[in-house]
Amino acid sequence: MTSLIETENIGKTYGSVIALSEVSTVVNAGEVTCVLGDNGAGKSTLIKILAGVHQHDQGSFRVEGEEIRFSSPREALDRGIATVYQDLAVVPLMSVWRNFFLGSEPTTKLGFLDRKKGKEITKKALSDMGIDLRDVEQPVGTLSGGERQCVAIARAVHFGAKVLILDEPTAALGVKQAGVVLKYVAQARDRGLGVVLITHNPHHAYPVGNRFLLLKRGRALGSYEKSEIDINELTKQMAGGAELEALEHELRGVEA
Amino acid sequence: MTVTATAPPAADERLGKPKAMDQLIKRPEIGAMLGALLVFLFFSVVTEQFLSIGGAATWLDDASMLGIMAVAVAMLMIGGEFDLSAGVMTASTALVTALLATQLGLNVWLSLLVSLAFALAVGALNGWLVMRTGLPSFIVTLGSFLALQGLNLGITRLVTGSVQVSGMRDAAGYESAGFLFASTFQIGGTSFYVSIIWWVLFTVVASTVLMRTKFGNWIFAIGGASQSSRAVGVPVVRSKILLFMTTAFAAWLVGSINILRYASVQANQGIGLEFQYIIAAVIGGCLLTGGFGSAVGAAIGALIFGMARQGIVYAGWNSDWFQLFLGVMLLAAVLVNNMLRRRAERVRR
Repeated sequence: MTSLIETENIGKTYGSVIALSEVSTVVNAGEVTCVLGDNGAGKSTLIKILAGVHQHDQGSFRVEGEEIRFSSPREALDRGIATVYQDLAVVPLMSVWRNFFLGSEPTTKLGFLDRKKGKEITKKALSDMGIDLRDVEQPVGTLSGGERQCVAIARAVHFGAKVLILDEPTAALGVKQAGVVLKYVAQARDRGLGVVLITHNPHHAYPVGNRFLLLKRGRALGSYEKSEIDINELTKQMAGGAELEALEHELRGVEA
Repeated sequence: MTVTATAPPAADERLGKPKAMDQLIKRPEIGAMLGALLVFLFFSVVTEQFLSIGGAATWLDDASMLGIMAVAVAMLMIGGEFDLSAGVMTASTALVTALLATQLGLNVWLSLLVSLAFALAVGALNGWLVMRTGLPSFIVTLGSFLALQGLNLGITRLVTGSVQVSGMRDAAGYESAGFLFASTFQIGGTSFYVSIIWWVLFTVVASTVLMRTKFGNWIFAIGGASQSSRAVGVPVVRSKILLFMTTAFAAWLVGSINILRYASVQANQGIGLEFQYIIAAVIGGCLLTGGFGSAVGAAIGALIFGMARQGIVYAGWNSDWFQLFLGVMLLAAVLVNNMLRRRAERVRR
């Protein structure tokens, strides 16, 4: 089986700044690939390349076995790669159903918006994902952060995405809401999508992930299958292992 | 546990009955409607001519010229941009038409066509510059506003030796073009300018585009959150450029109505009008930050303008008071819009 997405020694430089260098990973259908790293590790650069916002300038990037270089997010979308960004997943002042269909609006034969169909499909698609909204006419801005992420995820699933890229979907959320979002991530996975989950929280990544790519300063620190690593080791690796122990030591010193 | 949490997921039981008041309050134009009603009643009571059919013809005409532009500017503002060159563009387009027809002896129809091409090119340039540089449209169009103002005066003086172009009446095609843009029609023995029909038509088309088409959906989206829109595949650059071109098209329409009605045009015309357009759009419920507003609201905003401006004349007051009225109206509109919008969002929780 060919992987949905495969990168091999992919790299990106902005002028003289090396944002990403020699990163390899795979995304398979029905699996979650987690990308972990601290701020500035190159997570954003990696997903922007996958999503078609930026272009890589080293290595190879294959979608379903085919070497590819996207020139716009639209192109990535057409290949079934949908991205849900952390803070800009939706347009707050627009209604839920208008957001849901943004960019792929249903139209009648005369070319006008089919509002009835839009609302019905939105309601159905959301309830299929287990999201129960009171009213799809309400502005998205009135939803909670978790609900917004869920609407964006449901949208990507509905429009036939094969790969779902989620940029820090749980970053700004409370414990309970983060749990709800992770539940939908798992649902998308079980529906056969390949999911790329970007996060800096190993406790969010480990339960749903199949594969973990650790980034640091634009380079791959390690890439593990779930069977190869446990949560403690993952946390330790992410925090920089020895560095954290040293820090812990230092902080204890302060306490005493 | 609440009762609703255990209810079957038909979902609607949590909605309750939508109250008529709440439904109304969600509409961006509601504030403007109330304002228009108030102004209408006030001048109907205070003056005699205001409510007469002749009076209505006058304030409707005043509102129509402003309204065509206000609706276009509102669409642009919903899309998250400003166009300060809109006012002076109404003069530029009229000047291009007039110079071609009177100096080069072109047929008026052909002159209008060239003028339209010129307007669309300026609109596209405005849009392209804003998107290309990433600068605020406020600054970019301030530049094109000043540049056009200079061009209007400079070229007119160079060609005619004065600051106005006149003599349109002798140009070929003036009559037929005038029929389309500047004729009058009779209702109850009173002449109404055809510009009123253009205004209504433009508002209906704009409102339909905004509420009932894909492109309209995109306008709200790019004004509300252009990065998110781009991420889901909305052509942000193309849409915004089209909006700037729409504003330029409206300026061409108003410019053409002007030149064909008065047969002459001043090179310094239109300056300062750009703010009236924005004010009318804001009174009509447009947010300055984009992503929210309505075309019908902007048309009503223009109606308030027209009614107040002519009402003050009928009341025999000094027209200086109009500016005071304008300022108070604008502040009131912004406050009311803000309150209504917050309420609209809270109602839905």
